[in-house]
Amino acid sequence: MNDHIDLNRLRDPSFIAAVEAQSGQNVSTCYQCGNCTAGCPAGFAYDMPVSQIMRGVQLGLRDSVLHSRSIWMCLSCSTCSQRCPNNIDVAAVMETLRHMARKAGYVTVPKMEKFWLSFLNTVRLFGRSHEIGTMALYMMRSLRVFTDVDLAPTAIAKGKLGLLPHIPPGGAKPVARIFQRYKERARREGVRP
Amino acid sequence: MRIGVFICHCGSNIAGTVDCAKVAAIARSWPDVVYAVDPMYTCAEPGQAAIEAAIHEHKLDGVVVASCSPRMHEPTFRRTVERAGLNRYMFEMANIREHVSWIGKDMEANTNKAAELVRLAVEKLRHDVPLTAKQFDVTKRVLVIGGGVAGIQAALDCAEGGVPVVLVEREATIGGKMAKLDKTFPTVDCSACILGPKMVDVAQHPNITLYACAEVEEVSGYVGNFTVKIRKRATYVDWNKCTGCGACTEKCPSKKTPDAFNEATGTTTAITIAFPQAIPKKAVINPQYCRQLTKGKCGVCAKICPTGAIMYDMQDEIVTEEVGSIVAATGYDLMDWTVYKEYGGGTYPDVITSLQYERLMSASGPTGGHIVRPSDGREPKNIVFVQCVGSRDKSVGRPYCSGFCCMYTAKQAILTKDHIPDSQSYVFYMDIRAPGKMYDEFTRRAMEEYGTEYIRGRVSHIYPDGNGRLTVMGVDTLLGRQVEIKADLVVLAVGIEASRGAPQLAEKLRISYDNHGFFMESHVKLKPVETNTAGVFLAGVCQGAKDIPASVAQGSAAAAKVLGLFAKDKLESDPQIAQVDIQRCVACGKCLRCCPFGAIKGTEFRGEPKVQVIETVCQGCGLCTSTCPQGAIQLQHSTDNQILAEVNALCQC
Repeated sequence: MNDHIDLNRLRDPSFIAAVEAQSGQNVSTCYQCGNCTAGCPAGFAYDMPVSQIMRGVQLGLRDSVLHSRSIWMCLSCSTCSQRCPNNIDVAAVMETLRHMARKAGYVTVPKMEKFWLSFLNTVRLFGRSHEIGTMALYMMRSLRVFTDVDLAPTAIAKGKLGLLPHIPPGGAKPVARIFQRYKERARREGVRP
Repeated sequence: MRIGVFICHCGSNIAGTVDCAKVAAIARSWPDVVYAVDPMYTCAEPGQAAIEAAIHEHKLDGVVVASCSPRMHEPTFRRTVERAGLNRYMFEMANIREHVSWIGKDMEANTNKAAELVRLAVEKLRHDVPLTAKQFDVTKRVLVIGGGVAGIQAALDCAEGGVPVVLVEREATIGGKMAKLDKTFPTVDCSACILGPKMVDVAQHPNITLYACAEVEEVSGYVGNFTVKIRKRATYVDWNKCTGCGACTEKCPSKKTPDAFNEATGTTTAITIAFPQAIPKKAVINPQYCRQLTKGKCGVCAKICPTGAIMYDMQDEIVTEEVGSIVAATGYDLMDWTVYKEYGGGTYPDVITSLQYERLMSASGPTGGHIVRPSDGREPKNIVFVQCVGSRDKSVGRPYCSGFCCMYTAKQAILTKDHIPDSQSYVFYMDIRAPGKMYDEFTRRAMEEYGTEYIRGRVSHIYPDGNGRLTVMGVDTLLGRQVEIKADLVVLAVGIEASRGAPQLAEKLRISYDNHGFFMESHVKLKPVETNTAGVFLAGVCQGAKDIPASVAQGSAAAAKVLGLFAKDKLESDPQIAQVDIQRCVACGKCLRCCPFGAIKGTEFRGEPKVQVIETVCQGCGLCTSTCPQGAIQLQHSTDNQILAEVNALCQC
């Protein structure tokens, strides 16, 4: 199961260049100290620790990096970026990898994508996030009806699950226009919106 | 004039992108050039012999070599032409390697540019005149700045060589950082036992004058003749009378003074002697904590002192010393690790620096050599060492490796097991750098014989777990898993930075320093002890991270340089200095004000005020030349006429 990696065949220099160009980070400055992995609050759910994702990018192992679960489980909290001694914005690299994976049609953790789409749908509709709406859409998309349903009473009691959406003072339209612009660009560039 | 031109190939370094033979052929067409060739290696012995032979054969009275930067080989070729009977200043060098062949690939453009640079040199040479160096006396005394182990070694070696030494130390005692250490790697021998005798030698050597609690205030002069002003800070104790009996330190009521020597792991009295083996063993009053000096009432030490040495009204004193050479050995300080908020930022008492840990392990430390937790005084069982705290970290402006932390962390782990046999040490590391003699074996011993758990990874978070212990969260990158350790004590291997005030001292010494305040050596490989200021040498960590053996070696090396300099009774001054045309000088005084070296003084000529250059002080920087509205000051070997000749050669078309 742990086959040796044929670097002549699997190393893809254009992948390294593409990640560096899209993320704006110089991944060769990473010296693999592990600070990013040490502080990662989502690390328990990763199949590859974030420092190994960085290593994969350094070696140009496109497929193993883009197929990893880790890039989908990343919370974008940016603790890794903040701790990096070499000032690499690791979270930006993770985000770049997610975009690249999506563009290539690899979504290793589909329910994460579904959750995000549900979340973004409510933002587009109301201009701000709407928790109940996100929950409902996610349940419909994923058919995971009972996920975390036990947390609902506590969340409602604490006012974290408001029924009505909060619409910002300028209305929801300006935010929807941002989505429209993104959608057009995505269509031009051939990304799944 | 008969000029010979040598266009060096430098193997393929120049010839690879410059047509050297063509440049030589072009050179033959210029006025006064009677001979031009393109040798393979001009600096090699046959190349130099060919220059000498050409001078004799073609009766040359000037030579141009087009090759590399004059930085390295101008002195070489000046000696060559001198051997053949020419004046050494009848030589010019054109840099067609760093300035041409290494920076462009276009053969034709390179060849043209090389020819132009050589033309420049030829024109300059046509306007050169022979110059002769003057000789001046050398003051055969040396100033050593810093009394750490590097400075001590330099001072002792110079003193043994018969040179009087002035040793200036900022703290109250010499010994530096090494005096604070418990044991030293890789032999685990007692630091005080090996450094102590050297410190005593310094105190007793008839050739060494020691100023402790003193700092260099001002440096003027030049190699062979420096004048140094030293500020002796007020210690409020007359050291001529103080016997170091310590009676005052026992009776002083101000007992909450932070103990600087013990890295604030304990407290001391306002009047104190740094440690029992201090050199000089004299008491010093800390004016911030002394009740007599802050509140005006107390005076206990003055009453108790059997020799009446206490002087509350003592003032700083400036002493002036004349020396011929200076050794800078100012060492290092620890960086401010409290920028790492994830390690508590200094708020947890049981997260300490490795230097504090040394004091806790040392028999002369505040705990008498018992390792205890600063918070509750209990003996720690689980100790976590974190390496590279403020080393190799660009995000806090410390991109360099501090060099010796890997080794002392291994040593501390070994000593911890010796002190507390049922303890367990963990070391978080990135890479283990142990490239010295017996060094790697030593780190292996920490793992194999002493059971130290080395964890390849970083620590992300340290926080109190509520039960008096610390939770250390980190990663083992070899496992690819996050790890957690409950620790009683965390020791941070804090990175080094240049000693406080190092850049300011560098300005006084007129030596260069890097972005991080470390002093720059003259050549990173071939002149590691010299600086770009003649007569100023470096020893120890002030030049860059190094351990004790390397610091001692560099201390001895600096001493060898000093002794070599002083082996001559007279030094030759550089004749490339400013000269005043007394007829044209209108005594406006602009040069007096702009000279950074104080090398110009007023004088009188037939009743008129004029200026005059002090030849031994002038460094030939040329500031006065460009400032003089009359063109009355000319920098020899770079006169206005010589520079204009170059400009004319370049701007012909």
